[in-house]
Amino acid sequence: MATISLRTRDGELHQFDGRNGMSIMENIRNAGFDELLAMCGGCLSCATCHIYFESVPPGADLPTPSVDERELLEGSDYRQDNSRLSCQIPFEQSLDGIVVAIAPED
Amino acid sequence: MTQDVFAGTFDCIIVGAGHGGSQTAVALRQSGFEGSIALLGAEPEVPYDRPSLSKEYLAGKKTFERMHLRPQDFWSSRNVELVLGTRVVAVDPVAKTVTLENGACYSYRSLVWAAGGEPRKLSCPGSELSGIFYIRSKADCDALLAVLPDASKVAIIGGGYVGLEAAAVFRELGKHVVLVEALNRVLARVAGEPISRFYEREHRDHGVDIRLNSDVKVISGRDGRASGVLLESRESLQADIVVVGIGIVPSAAPLLAAGAQGSNGVNVDAYCRTSLPDIYCVGDCAILTNGPGIRVESVQNATDQATTAAKAICGNFKAYDALPWFWSNQYDLKLQTIGLNCGYDAVVVRGEPASRSFSLVYLKNEAVIALDCVNAPRDYVQGRKLVETAAKLGSVQLADTSKQLKELTLETN
Ligand SMILES: Cc1cc2nc3c(=O)[nH]c(=O)nc-3n(C[C@H](O)[C@H](O)[C@H](O)COP(=O)(O)OP(=O)(O)OC[C@H]3O[C@@H](n4cnc5c(N)ncnc54)[C@H](O)[C@@H]3O)c2cc1C
Ligand code: FES
Repeated sequence: MATISLRTRDGELHQFDGRNGMSIMENIRNAGFDELLAMCGGCLSCATCHIYFESVPPGADLPTPSVDERELLEGSDYRQDNSRLSCQIPFEQSLDGIVVAIAPED
Repeated sequence: MTQDVFAGTFDCIIVGAGHGGSQTAVALRQSGFEGSIALLGAEPEVPYDRPSLSKEYLAGKKTFERMHLRPQDFWSSRNVELVLGTRVVAVDPVAKTVTLENGACYSYRSLVWAAGGEPRKLSCPGSELSGIFYIRSKADCDALLAVLPDASKVAIIGGGYVGLEAAAVFRELGKHVVLVEALNRVLARVAGEPISRFYEREHRDHGVDIRLNSDVKVISGRDGRASGVLLESRESLQADIVVVGIGIVPSAAPLLAAGAQGSNGVNVDAYCRTSLPDIYCVGDCAILTNGPGIRVESVQNATDQATTAAKAICGNFKAYDALPWFWSNQYDLKLQTIGLNCGYDAVVVRGEPASRSFSLVYLKNEAVIALDCVNAPRDYVQGRKLVETAAKLGSVQLADTSKQLKELTLETN
């Protein structure tokens, strides 16, 4: 079982089991956190699933962002170097222990 | 006639468990609302993502479970009572009650009407035949999916977003597709002509037989089943099934009967309040009277209006001022819209449609009011600022793709 640590907007850190094959957005949503709007349902049209990667387990690789993802992120006032759209990243065993934070709402 | 039976009181009753209704419940709890909440919905399923129906769900690429807006147990964890598979048939704004079709009657302190719309039905002869499908609910889609494997010829009536998205899926599944549109271009109600012509060409290139300026006279049938479409021109098109996407009729009858102002929808003010006390309306059936005065059918609109109404119920009055946006996926084409183009008086094509990446900029009194961006997320993102500031930029500048839109904004500052 692989875990995800999630920092919600109030700064608190929560830990839950991730489901492999589902995106990080779906994992956050399915764990009952409601801060992520993810309005387009994960089809890379909205950027309301914006998260920061605070730490990635050693040896794990995140898929490189597509051009579309990078351009959508560019539109956020809160973009940082560790910004990603969580619907674009499938969760997998190698990401066990990952720490992500929900970005502020644009 | 069933006798009304009093079934309970809720501090907030939400009618309609779609995008607007579910977000109302979420936003109420996020705003610290401690009262009881009931979410009443006509569909039997927990709230789900509707746009996927004509996209990945129809294509068999997404399971229904992945379309749940929230996990099954979310609602009880937030102390939201889900009452599903039943319809509100009456509202009494004086007694402050709603009545369900089975006669159960609930009283409310605040009521949020988020009932969306029903697909507009065909009215020509033959409309009652079996083998005619609409795509609004999971049930609609499941009925269609049950017969789809056996259908090789599909006739689609209506060239709006839903019809075009369905056409793309059917082509990808290898069906023969003919699409019938009454007006002289597809997407005529929602987009400018260059967008319409672009999508017509794309669909034709993908093998869709598009018939413009074509009115349906009769749905022809055999043994009670649809077997084709007869056009006013007398041309007859064969089809194993007919899929209809000709818009929606807002589901607002009980609220209008209760005296709420509105006609093709329910009038609301900037806080999504109707003309009736403590009754709000959000989403596809709401008409913002201090805005463009039209209903807007999008997930963004339903979600952001729901948040506005929830905050107002909690005493935090923040006028609805979200910038509208929308998307549509067909084949490998991603359309993203920012702003509302209603009342536009000029358009500028930015980029070359033939390159399959371009944008259409809508102007009104020379100011940018909206953009439709096809495979052009950068224009979508940067165009937002132009819409927000109602930027006045010349059409030559807007069309100049050697510069990014954000560089143009800088120049105007
Ligand atoms: C096939 C399809 C594709 C779409 N694609 C997109 C897209 O790509 N992007 C986008 O932004 N938008 C899209 N939309 C539009 C978007 O889904 C709607 O704008 C949005 O769902 C509106 O939310 P709502 O809450 O107002 O209504 P709905 O989501 O329709 O929810 C209303 C709910 O209320 C229920 N109801 C109705 N009457 C009653 C009653 N009397 N009592 C109890 N319950 C009742 C209905 O059964 C329904 O479940 C699409 C719509 C469809 C149908
Ligand atoms: S959910 Fe819309 S881009 Fe991720």
